[in-house]
Amino acid sequence: MERNLMIAGFGGQGVMVMGKLLSYATCYSTDKNVTFFPSYGAEQRGGTANCYVVISDEDIGAPLGDIMDDLIVMNGPSLNKFLYKLRPGGTLYVNSSIAKDPITRDDITVVQAPVTELALELGNAKVLNVIMLGVYIGFTDVIPEDVVWETIMQQLGKKEALIPLNKQAFAKGLEIGRNARK
Amino acid sequence: MKQVYKRTETFQENMVSGFCPGCMHGTVFKLIGEVLEELNIVNRTAVVLGVGCCGLAMEYITYDNTTSPHGRACAVATGIKRANPDTVVYTYQGDGDLAAIGLAETLSAANRGENFTVIFVNNGIYGMTGGQMAPTTLVGMKATTAQNGRNPKEHGYPMHMCEILNQLTAPTYLERCSCNTPANVIKTRKAIRKAFQNQLDNKGFSLVEIVTSCPTNWGLDAMESLKFLEEKMLPEYPLGVFRDR
Amino acid sequence: MSRIFLKGCEAIAEAAVRSGCRFFAGYPITPQNEIPEYLSRRLPEVGGTFVQGESEVASVNMVYGAAQTGTRAMTSSSSCGISLKSEAISFCASARIPMVYANIARGGPGIGSIHPAQQDYMQATKASGNGGFRMMVFAPATVQEAVDMTYAAFDYAQRDRNPVLILADGVLGTIMEPVVLPELRSEQEVKALKDAQRDWALVGHNPADGRAFIKPGRWSTLDQEQACKDNEALYASWENDVQVEEYLVDDAQYIITAYGISGRIAKSAVNKLRAEGILVGLIRPKTVSPFPYGAIEQLDYSRVKAILDVEMSIPAQMVFDVKLAVKDRCPIHTCLRSGGEIMSREKIVEAVRALAQ
Repeated sequence: MERNLMIAGFGGQGVMVMGKLLSYATCYSTDKNVTFFPSYGAEQRGGTANCYVVISDEDIGAPLGDIMDDLIVMNGPSLNKFLYKLRPGGTLYVNSSIAKDPITRDDITVVQAPVTELALELGNAKVLNVIMLGVYIGFTDVIPEDVVWETIMQQLGKKEALIPLNKQAFAKGLEIGRNARK
Repeated sequence: MKQVYKRTETFQENMVSGFCPGCMHGTVFKLIGEVLEELNIVNRTAVVLGVGCCGLAMEYITYDNTTSPHGRACAVATGIKRANPDTVVYTYQGDGDLAAIGLAETLSAANRGENFTVIFVNNGIYGMTGGQMAPTTLVGMKATTAQNGRNPKEHGYPMHMCEILNQLTAPTYLERCSCNTPANVIKTRKAIRKAFQNQLDNKGFSLVEIVTSCPTNWGLDAMESLKFLEEKMLPEYPLGVFRDR
Repeated sequence: MSRIFLKGCEAIAEAAVRSGCRFFAGYPITPQNEIPEYLSRRLPEVGGTFVQGESEVASVNMVYGAAQTGTRAMTSSSSCGISLKSEAISFCASARIPMVYANIARGGPGIGSIHPAQQDYMQATKASGNGGFRMMVFAPATVQEAVDMTYAAFDYAQRDRNPVLILADGVLGTIMEPVVLPELRSEQEVKALKDAQRDWALVGHNPADGRAFIKPGRWSTLDQEQACKDNEALYASWENDVQVEEYLVDDAQYIITAYGISGRIAKSAVNKLRAEGILVGLIRPKTVSPFPYGAIEQLDYSRVKAILDVEMSIPAQMVFDVKLAVKDRCPIHTCLRSGGEIMSREKIVEAVRALAQ
């Protein structure tokens, strides 16, 4: 069983952190193989930021593929740019706060999550990636949610004050993901 | 009878240098050998030879030696000294090697204040390759690649390495000497000794520039080239201490 | 052994330290910057030295110098930066100085692109500098292989007193994967490895005991010719060091040849095609020098219908070595990307399907 994911957005949206959290959790808390491949624009600031995560029970071939099982889109431009990469029957997770264009494919599942707004509601715009990670885990169960949460706590490290906020954000995402599965 | 002078033991007994008559490389290597013996560091020393006539020395010196790619002696010496600080390291480079192809390595090693010694032999011309123009060739001086003489409009002006290096903060010791007279040979010997003593004292980058002759490629005999050195080279390359910390 | 999640470049750097590397000099170029960055903080922790050179040229010459003291030394760069190192690598091969360097290759030629490619195969395996010298060249396909090969590279380099190249690419340098790291050699072991080189190493000798005389060249042409003959004998001895992965080749009608990142992607294509019932196998050189000619030569060409050479290089380069081994006994096709475009499993799958039809 192999599952590959592309996360696409702007620099500063925590795209890489989201991919890494998922990867760390897989490496340290499961027996599965995992690859994380970041892809930046040449700009040092404000450019595009994409990453690929492949999780598999077998050896992983391509750390990034032409055809993705899952696509997380955090901004508008990425939606139009990468939608074609999703395989028929694949799942699109879209930040519906800012990626508002109509979705032009009907052979995929779409999970809408207004993570930018939700993060602002929680009082910190930066947690949008943790919400989206929750959405993804809630929908796929690709790895257990408690494993992901432990990893988030480890990565927060000394920033203990941020734990309740992130816990809320992750829970919110899980809820959206689970509901979408029904 | 008291022995007052002997051949340095840093030259192999049965070997000859291969340097041209009137060339000063032999003198400079002799002075270095005597200094290494005086400081009792022959068995700790390694020389990085540049590319050019100086490479002929590899066959007749007795101590550890290597050859760097053309111009890279200061980078190679950086690696040796940093990896093995107990080794006494010096580079021996001509003007083409140090001031043309190796300019970046020379300036950068000096700017890092690397703790090794540089012996820079400046005769204003490429020797081994046959008299081509060097960055140190005098204005008007003929070279096989500047057959009407160095023309500033086309070739720029002679480069003064001690003066250039003296713009940097890090170097410890910069002196320009010559070997054209017995008195200057003695001064050169003192400068070389100081440059090695600085390294032993971990004081950093020391460079001794030695203005020398190249009778073969200058097209002069040994005595004429001494005259040329004194009348033409030294006014362009004034002797003296530029930096001593 | 517990696994840790490491980026390819950092894994290579840590493997070097664990193997006993105590000197590194390098210069910034994408996509290998994490190697010098990592070692700039890691080497001082183990009493080693990091120098950021003023250029690739200076950096590799610092390594040429450091390695002459018997210290395990390394540099790294990417493609056009590797070209700049060529002269000093040739000096190392001529003077028989052990050192290790890594090429985290990008698109070319020229400044090319900063994205991953495999366009330096010929340079790596045939002519990494002037004079016709050769090196062992390892082509890792996973971060774990990059670790294991880097760790071993220093031993091969010291065994042969010759440079060894790790030929990776921008994907491998950039991806993070779980790896199990080899043990860190103790300071005593590292010192012993260095001291064992003392006879020839440029550390200073009493002239009466014989000097160290490092010879990247010789005044005597007969001496230089003899040095070339000695080198030739060394290169011939590598016959026993060939490493190759042969995957599902025994019944295969179609054989994919691919190395490095293309090799692992090809392996996943083989799995997919096998599920469709297509009899396809993979020959993946792990050493591209010495090249595993034997594995390709020995195939049963009454069964093998075609070979598909997969590379991230246009035009193809490794295909020349494949041709030497196939000896016209079956057609050879290519499946290529280049310039920073990365090979995909689907492209390989389609290419094999087309052959099978």
